[in-house]
Amino acid sequence: MIFSGRVHKFGADIDTDAIIPARYLNTFDPQELARHCMEDADPEFPNKVQAGDIIAADKNFGCGSSREHAPIAIKGAGVSCVIAKSFARIFYRNCINIGLPILECSEAVDALNEGDQVEVDLETGKIINLRTSEEYQAVPFPEFMQQIMDKGGLINYVKERKGS
Amino acid sequence: MGMTISQKILAAHAGRDHVEPGELLNCKLDVVLGNDVTAPVAISEFKRLDLDKVFDQEKIVLVPDHFAPNKDIKSAEQCKIMRDFAGQYGIKNYFEIGQMGIEHCLLPEKGLVLPGDLIIGADSHTCTYGALGAFATGVGSTDMAAGMATGEAWFKVPEAIKFVYYGKLPEWVGGKDLILHTIGDIGVEGARYMSMEFTGEVIKNLSMDNRFTMANMAIEAGGKNGIIEPDAITLEYIRTRAKRSFTLYKSDEDAVYCEIREYDVSSLEPIVAFPHLPENTRPVSEATGITLDQVVIGSCTNGRIEDLEMAARILKGKKIHPEIRTIILPGTQQIFLEAMRRGYIEIFIEAGAAVSTPTCGPCLGGHMGILAKGEKALATTNRNFVGRMGHPESEVYLASPAVAAASAIKGKITPPWEV
Repeated sequence: MIFSGRVHKFGADIDTDAIIPARYLNTFDPQELARHCMEDADPEFPNKVQAGDIIAADKNFGCGSSREHAPIAIKGAGVSCVIAKSFARIFYRNCINIGLPILECSEAVDALNEGDQVEVDLETGKIINLRTSEEYQAVPFPEFMQQIMDKGGLINYVKERKGS
Repeated sequence: MGMTISQKILAAHAGRDHVEPGELLNCKLDVVLGNDVTAPVAISEFKRLDLDKVFDQEKIVLVPDHFAPNKDIKSAEQCKIMRDFAGQYGIKNYFEIGQMGIEHCLLPEKGLVLPGDLIIGADSHTCTYGALGAFATGVGSTDMAAGMATGEAWFKVPEAIKFVYYGKLPEWVGGKDLILHTIGDIGVEGARYMSMEFTGEVIKNLSMDNRFTMANMAIEAGGKNGIIEPDAITLEYIRTRAKRSFTLYKSDEDAVYCEIREYDVSSLEPIVAFPHLPENTRPVSEATGITLDQVVIGSCTNGRIEDLEMAARILKGKKIHPEIRTIILPGTQQIFLEAMRRGYIEIFIEAGAAVSTPTCGPCLGGHMGILAKGEKALATTNRNFVGRMGHPESEVYLASPAVAAASAIKGKITPPWEV
């Protein structure tokens, strides 16, 4: 699967309270959560994000709470993919389980600027900055996790195993 | 090659004799936990599987604690989803308002989590139960849904860091200070994906309540789990609580750790974590004088009886500063009752504190003590991220119940020995 979108850059240790503040957790409607996505890190983000856009963040993205509302909000906002230097463990797991594409790639994060147009090939992990034509290679997923993602998330994966 | 306690518990639940860090396992679960924020998402996912039953009605625990007692209509709807599901699927361990507590105070108290267990909870502070010698870790709602359906979850066997605490623990210094000091040392991603094993003579002599506080905050260093080998103190705690069999695991002498860190605690001071990360730690003497608007004593980190005992010891016969709102939340109904019997609740109310029914409320900026723009709080909770307790321009300082109680009296951050 190949995505193309504009980059929104964020710093290190973006926590799940910044991705979706707890004051909005009394619902899990993706569109409602999307209206407040990244609000405490960048209040303008919900207004400026467009379908297909890409988040590029420094280390430990998604640290803190286990709330799945965080990747749901990002997905609901239309973000196609999150690239980070590293992801917090529960957030990483949640993205695989709900089918929000994520990639670990320090070089890309360092090189990408706000607003850059980027192309991402999820199968190969190749990231291309269309402004500079530079290419970066993300860390590949273990096969087992790739299988869950290929099925569109953990529930579909469990469903298929139960059926077989 | 030997295994750590965490490796042993994962191996046992995967039907294996030996596992190595990095291996992916499918494991059988002893407990699957959710709350009013995470369970409704899990229930919605679970229903996509078209199942007429859960894997085990005894092994699922549902606790309305985050926005409960219901803070608004939407929260009421969320709690209702969970209550209806519990009824429909015959979930034995659903705890209604009046019975409930903050989940991570409640489950150990009820004997629902025991040494050697493998536990997942759709709440990041599920790692608390590692204090009992269990492998417990936070997951998201979809993992919870799959867990409720299959009784299984996938795990990557983590590498481990061993933390050794030695020396004599000074007065006023406890589990909260040990864990904040550790997070300050290794940083908020210092143990990312890893198992944190807390050991040494200081831990061997630490009470269960203090051990829970330490394991609780493993996630604040990015840890997958925090764990303490079960011993006589653990067994005494579970003696009257355990209603089923359990297994005591210990790390092998030749277990492999990716890192061993040692701390001499003899000269440690109470620690305060400054906004906006738990790693921004300083000794309380370097934090003294910061004026506050609110003090919160409670949460899954510090809402247990020993925490309230410490607060009562300091607040007894004193008055809280007139410009400070102090909110004290016992972690469970049982803790509340015990605090009342011991006279702590009277001390708190006489001092001018508000005492609340158990809830996570203020810790995550949900309800029961939200901060306005520019306000500062000192809390015994676990996170001080931007906007964690309310307005994005408010600030949270993290500390122990001793520092919190002393600060409430003086209206500014204060070491406990100064009141």
